[in-house]
Amino acid sequence: MSQRFFRFVPLVLCAVLSVARANAQSENQLRFCLHAEPKTFNPALMADDASETVRYLTGGVLVRLNRQTQQLEPELAESWKVSQDSKTISFTLRTGLRFSDGTPFSAEDVAFTIQQLMDPALHSPTGDSFRSGEGKVVTKANGANEITITFPAPVVGLDKLFDQVAIMSARSPKKEMAVLGPYYVAEYKAGSSLLLQRNPNYWKHDAGGHPLPYIASVRLDIQENRDIEMLRLVRGEVDFINSLDAEYFDKLVTQAPAMAYDAGVSLDSEQMWFNQVASSPLPDYKKAWFTSTNFRRAVSEAINREDLARVVFRGHARPAVSWISPANKFWFNSSLQPHAFDQKAALHLLAQDGFRIQDGALRDRTGHLVEFSIITNAGNKYRERMATMIQQDLAAVGMRANVVTQDFPSLIERITRTFDYEACLLGLVNNDLDPNSQMNVWLSSAENHQWNPSQKTPATAWEAEIDSLMHEQASTLDVKKRKQAVDRVQEIVWQQEPFIYLVNKNAMSAVSAKVHNAHPVVLRPQVYWNIDELTVDNVVARNP
Amino acid sequence: MKWARIVAVAFLVVIGAMCLLADFIAPASYAHQFRDLPDAAPSRQHLLGTDDLGRDRFSRLLFGTRVSLFLAPAAALLSSLLAAVIGGTAGFLGGWWERCVMAATDLFLSLPWLFLLITVRALLPLNVSPLASVLITFALLGCLGWAAAARMTCSDARTICRSDFILQARSTGSWGLRLIARHVMPNLKPVLYAQFWISIPVFILAEANLGILGLGVAEPLPSWGSLLRELESFSTFSAQPWQFVPLILFIVVVSCFHLALQKQELPV
Repeated sequence: MSQRFFRFVPLVLCAVLSVARANAQSENQLRFCLHAEPKTFNPALMADDASETVRYLTGGVLVRLNRQTQQLEPELAESWKVSQDSKTISFTLRTGLRFSDGTPFSAEDVAFTIQQLMDPALHSPTGDSFRSGEGKVVTKANGANEITITFPAPVVGLDKLFDQVAIMSARSPKKEMAVLGPYYVAEYKAGSSLLLQRNPNYWKHDAGGHPLPYIASVRLDIQENRDIEMLRLVRGEVDFINSLDAEYFDKLVTQAPAMAYDAGVSLDSEQMWFNQVASSPLPDYKKAWFTSTNFRRAVSEAINREDLARVVFRGHARPAVSWISPANKFWFNSSLQPHAFDQKAALHLLAQDGFRIQDGALRDRTGHLVEFSIITNAGNKYRERMATMIQQDLAAVGMRANVVTQDFPSLIERITRTFDYEACLLGLVNNDLDPNSQMNVWLSSAENHQWNPSQKTPATAWEAEIDSLMHEQASTLDVKKRKQAVDRVQEIVWQQEPFIYLVNKNAMSAVSAKVHNAHPVVLRPQVYWNIDELTVDNVVARNP
Repeated sequence: MKWARIVAVAFLVVIGAMCLLADFIAPASYAHQFRDLPDAAPSRQHLLGTDDLGRDRFSRLLFGTRVSLFLAPAAALLSSLLAAVIGGTAGFLGGWWERCVMAATDLFLSLPWLFLLITVRALLPLNVSPLASVLITFALLGCLGWAAAARMTCSDARTICRSDFILQARSTGSWGLRLIARHVMPNLKPVLYAQFWISIPVFILAEANLGILGLGVAEPLPSWGSLLRELESFSTFSAQPWQFVPLILFIVVVSCFHLALQKQELPV
């Protein structure tokens, strides 16, 4: 018996040592979770969150938007210049840089990347941002380190768009897997994890000449379940959670307050709107309600936004004012305030349109009971809770709102094709600071002009004015003029309320005490935007 | 087992009575939001605390149990009636009609019913009151839940129609509706009765599943499905154990139905 036991001792020792080695290997490694499988590693085709995370960590860009200062900073390009007409941008590139596989970087790679992005056959979502008009994009390399890119029509915020453009190698046999960013994809286990290793040819060094990034590898575990992600964070198996919702944030505050970060109000908004589509199957009297500014403003003023922020988001949200969040420091119109919760004022506005309270219920001037449905997507408990609170707020002014949750495809079908709905509550995830990125929402001809999309001519005078102002801001490089136009659009939207903005959620994250130099911000990616500078304690052995 | 059945039936009666008297027992309206007290712990004012919108959990449990407990039998009755008509006529008439009906039943059984429910629900008009939505949800469950029972009924009806006493009845001139009413239906009763009782917990579970997906009874009306949604985050386990009361009640009630059912199945 004892002989048998001792025969197994070397085996057991080997196993223990291999586990210890695995732990040692995982030292100086940052771990966090992706909530889905990355759909592609081609930076030109990335559109999902998981792929964009990989792009941010591996892709080298010409210019980078500093997520903290919201200013552009040079990266692969030492300097750049945008032409007066906003059609042409010239970059002077850094010299002596190499891709992760050793292939040299030159203007040829930038030209190749632009060619890939603008290839109509590729349908690149990143390339779509640059498509401002018909015609070809012309790239002209002046030697190995200078390149000029000319677009057929002016592109607003042209330099900022390059924050999303990861440069691909024109000559590397590894194609898109050869990168210029801080890490490269070393291992990919489908459905399980990704391992990113430090790019040995990464060009950045700290002030002391130490090569960046400090962290040797990043392990991304694919984990959809947020509860498990939280448990793993508390156990020390992952180092941060990039985006937390209010419920998890509060739980974390009670369990490990040092890990919880609330960076303040984010760019995202939650809003509701009424269906104003003339051809919708709604009865005429309801169309009349929904197209009335007084009706929409009355609904807006009857909603207690402070309560929505306090109860639904546990105080981690702020009553919303406009389509631009206060987090967007430059473009937000600070002269506007959230609509006050005032049910008397709401009733007064309704009375101006002939609505009256009769037997505790609101009726219009033709005697129709004011009743409508608010649809939202099933499974989003925050929206369901908001809709339920709005239901009670509106009941106080005699309106009967029925909350209906729909699976997402059915909801999209209703709001984009059949227009068989009355009011909808949804949110907008916003990554771009420049208001020009919302042209596809605010132009009356746009498909995403949700309350009344794809109009041939603007249905109202204020929509015509918004069209004109949005075109005006898109056709000038004069920032002051652009700001004036965008401020005016915010005023019109505040007055007319085609979207009733409810709250702006806070950007919350969780960071383990093992991670240093983390300064979570409101812009994505909140925690690892300064991945080069992050460090992680390597004295703590992790669970394998 | 007899005692277990008595206890189960007694429990169901007590719960049923409490639900019927919910308007008098509940300390607050199931919809009223005490917005200054969201997620409150149990207290004298709120015996099971409040939910995330500050609504009294005990009141919501009473009304939610009423919704699920009384409408599930209604849905079970509807599906049993459909099963009796569809399965009974197929078994009675036999031949190509039976083959067609059974093929349709098999097709119906092979459909993923949860997706079917979600699809059908998405097609319904939006502007319905919470009460109408709950009726629609259970009516849908009843309308879509007949297939398995119809198979059983058809098989039983076929056996009955081939039995000697039916042959004798026919030989004495009993045909058509009279034959069905006097001889076939009374003998189908036990199987329909059993199917009815079996369907109740199935529909309670189905509504709970829909509610967990957020596609069940519309807010603010509570049901077991919507109450159980609060447990979808398992990190609440230790923080708010009183949230488990709806789950415990749900398990006990469904178990009681099964215990009560065991006796009912014996004659079949």
